[in-house]
Amino acid sequence: MTSQVSSPAEQTDAALVGEQRASGAGGEGKEVRRLDRVIIRFAGDSGDGMQLTGDRFTSETASFGNDLSTLPNFPAEIRAPAGTLPGVSSFQLHFADHDILTPGDAPNVLVAMNPAALKANIGDVPRGADIIVNTDEFTKRPMAKVGYATSPLEDGSLEAYNVHPVPLTTLTIEALKEFGLSRKEAERSKNMFALGLLSWMYHRPTEGTEKFLRAKFAKKPDIAEANVTAFRAGWNFGETTEDFAVSYEVAPATRAFPTGTYRNISGNLALSYGLIAAGRQADLPLYLGSYPITPASDILHELSKHKNFGVRTFQAEDEIAGIGAALGAAFGGALAVTTTSGPGVALKSETIGLAVSLELPLLVVDIQRGGPSTGLPTKTEQADLLQAMYGRNGEAPVPIVAPRTPADCFDAALDAARIALTYRTPVFLLSDGYLANGSEPWRIPDVDELPDLRVQFASGPNHQLADGTEVFWPFKRDEQTLARPWAVPGTPGLEHRIGGIEKQDGTGNISYDPANHDFMVRTRQAKVDGVQVPELEVDDPADDAGTGARTLVLGWGSTYGPITAAVRRVRGAGGRIAQAHLRHLNPFPRNLGEVLARYDKVIVPEMNLGQLATLLRARYLVDAHSHTQVSGMPFKAEQLAEVFKEAIND
Amino acid sequence: MTEAISERPSQIEALSLVPKAEAKQSMKDFKSDQEVRWCPGCGDYAVLAAVQGFMPELGLAKENIVFVSGIGCSSRFPYYMNTYGMHSIHGRAPAIATGLASSRRDLSVWVVTGDGDALSIGGNHLIHALRRNVNLKILLFNNRIYGLTKGQYSPTSEVGKITKSTPMGSLDAPFNPVSLALGAEASFVARTVDSDRKHLTSVLREAAAHPGTALVEIYQNCNIFNDGAFEVLKDKEQAQEAVIRLEHGEPIRFGALAPDGFGSKGVVRDPATGDLKVIDVREEGLGGVLVHDAHNPSPTTAFALSRLADADTLHHTPIGVLRSVERPVYDTLMSDQLDAAIEQKGKGDLGALLTGNDTWTVVG
Repeated sequence: MTSQVSSPAEQTDAALVGEQRASGAGGEGKEVRRLDRVIIRFAGDSGDGMQLTGDRFTSETASFGNDLSTLPNFPAEIRAPAGTLPGVSSFQLHFADHDILTPGDAPNVLVAMNPAALKANIGDVPRGADIIVNTDEFTKRPMAKVGYATSPLEDGSLEAYNVHPVPLTTLTIEALKEFGLSRKEAERSKNMFALGLLSWMYHRPTEGTEKFLRAKFAKKPDIAEANVTAFRAGWNFGETTEDFAVSYEVAPATRAFPTGTYRNISGNLALSYGLIAAGRQADLPLYLGSYPITPASDILHELSKHKNFGVRTFQAEDEIAGIGAALGAAFGGALAVTTTSGPGVALKSETIGLAVSLELPLLVVDIQRGGPSTGLPTKTEQADLLQAMYGRNGEAPVPIVAPRTPADCFDAALDAARIALTYRTPVFLLSDGYLANGSEPWRIPDVDELPDLRVQFASGPNHQLADGTEVFWPFKRDEQTLARPWAVPGTPGLEHRIGGIEKQDGTGNISYDPANHDFMVRTRQAKVDGVQVPELEVDDPADDAGTGARTLVLGWGSTYGPITAAVRRVRGAGGRIAQAHLRHLNPFPRNLGEVLARYDKVIVPEMNLGQLATLLRARYLVDAHSHTQVSGMPFKAEQLAEVFKEAIND
Repeated sequence: MTEAISERPSQIEALSLVPKAEAKQSMKDFKSDQEVRWCPGCGDYAVLAAVQGFMPELGLAKENIVFVSGIGCSSRFPYYMNTYGMHSIHGRAPAIATGLASSRRDLSVWVVTGDGDALSIGGNHLIHALRRNVNLKILLFNNRIYGLTKGQYSPTSEVGKITKSTPMGSLDAPFNPVSLALGAEASFVARTVDSDRKHLTSVLREAAAHPGTALVEIYQNCNIFNDGAFEVLKDKEQAQEAVIRLEHGEPIRFGALAPDGFGSKGVVRDPATGDLKVIDVREEGLGGVLVHDAHNPSPTTAFALSRLADADTLHHTPIGVLRSVERPVYDTLMSDQLDAAIEQKGKGDLGALLTGNDTWTVVG
């Protein structure tokens, strides 16, 4: 999921292309096949530890140097009833020897820890794929619970797949018999047995996981050793059993990555680091006012760990108090942030309006999820765009920044901070559940190369009255940016009052004057319209006159990965298509209208019912074609490619 | 029945981190250049004058004083103070002030709010500010009516009140703000009256010195929509029977003078129920009269005192400091955690944070 659009990879639909190779590191005399990419999905009960298993496999893969992209998918319930379809939790990981853009459409390997996991996921698994099932769970009751009248392992319904029946529970309990654990305790390590088996299959390094387990269970060394033992037993099982005749190598993606030091990072972690970095680069203390909400809470958790950076985190009594406290801190001169998801934005709307009126810097981070109302708390969606754009009383423009990949959340946070601090305005940072929990390799930036975000607080009078008196006017603006001065309490001589009532231009005194209100409304709009954002870059490999693409696909936010993967497929098949992706939704890049006018057809894929398309049509009078999906899941590259192919052949 | 009076533990100087004024200040220094726009005769004028008159006594650099308000008549207050100020949105002033106070310990932060702002739309923020004990001084102007929206009943209006929105009488049982604050774990709760400048100032003095959240309920007359709501507490003759003036360490007595020169009524504990009741000391003697203990760690007696008042007639209304106890202040605790984190982990190193523990290197 690195951001090079021009890489030739992902053009082919065939997943397991590879060359055969004689025996190697994988086991005695066993065949090793080399693959260029693999998609694995771990699926089990909510309590089976699938997210942890996926995270560990991801870490192993990252440290091995593959490019990767992940898609955790779990229910909102913490522990849904065991063995049921709603309780299934899964983690999909796509890794490759080249740069990739999505967690993959269809898994090459499904690990199903129980019948529910098999039933819930089999529809996504293409024929010919490997399925590893925990046979211990395929007994009468668990199968009946999900409606299997006969065992799918025996009734021939899985004939088209390469099924590996493994009694994971029994093997784990057997491996741990020396530990004197209860059956229930021992059984809990079966995810580590599965992880060991998969780690063998794909030649993953194992030291990281062993180290992780010993650190995680530092206070319970018995449990730590049991998990390490289960993990090794899984590895050894793969190496010795006849059923697994082949193991696979996916070489590090060295050529896909520019030189540098890399780590794996999720969107919420990158966003948290971006906020801390922004505080440092602005030389301002970071203040987070927040109320827990899925899928944004991890940012609160993360920032609360870094108090040694001077970061203050305030878990408020509600969403409104979260943003209220942040706004209070902004008045006091902090880099202030509130983090939430769609329902929280709805509650914060009035305070965002106040921040617009006060003209104080404030970051509003919205990790979008499925809506309306409570909607789908753990699933992704992009349906808060219009809420961010318009969801306030009065004319209350707010700049909007949207990251495109998990790692990009770091840069987007810095950019949102730049806008907030430069223009003294609240700024929306629109991430979503897919970016928040998904992860990818990230080239760790050199701290010295981060942008300088330092601001100048007002320190003295800024205006001379007719009689020559020097005074401070809190709403006298910078001519360039239209930003007003930021005068923080504690600055002598600049005592002033600000409020939500309309203010007189310049003095900031209460004013109900009609002409003044008209002027202030237009000025606040002009300030946001004037926010400097980079021009939109268009990737159009055939843009010579006469041969260029006639169709442009324009996206925003987390659809970048699937759209780009789909564009590669179309181009791989000879189709001509141009691609551009918006980071700034308000204001739009200056050249957007001109870019749109260049193409006969504009397709806008979104995970909503066409919100960006609505904005584009209203603003530029273009016939933007919406392609939408609101399933709570990201687009699949293959499906998007079909849509694009149809569009260019139209 | 005698009860030991709690000694106040060593006084933490609540404002020790706030810079002092370089020169002597006067009331004039705290008047802004803005025209005051309350209705003529509004009780808010008296409170504003008392606050502006009291501020020089604190001797704080006025640039380090901030008034934050919500929405309502009283919330216009910050515009008239020549300090930093924010007139925010309805009910949210305690939340906004919490962010400011917890990030800037060098500020003296005051919240001005009303009965609708603090107890209806902003009730949640008020109780949470009180339980956290953020270093805020909250002045709750209670006029038992909505003034700015022109005369609807408020959460402190008496049951059956006829207003524009309740032509057949209001159905809501009112809040007693002092009881509510005590129930919300407030460390400082006081009540005073707009027209009694001396008493108001003495309560402000104690509130300002209190480390943590101080809630001061100020009975304030709205001469347009609820005129005379507190007349019984203001009219000299009626007040004698209606007002119970609390002084820490003094017996709780009020009413027409007894031969000993103190009030003829006293507050005693009913041995049968443990509740408080009013007796005539000339008939029942002085033996059981409670001595007011504002620093008692238990809020039980303060709560019982707050319940003596009749919500309709306001008879037996205690004024003064009902409770003033020390407990850890939120902003201090928050700041201490930052210091502790630096002590344990060292000052944050961004490069090290971004790198983490699990990296790989790609060489071109």
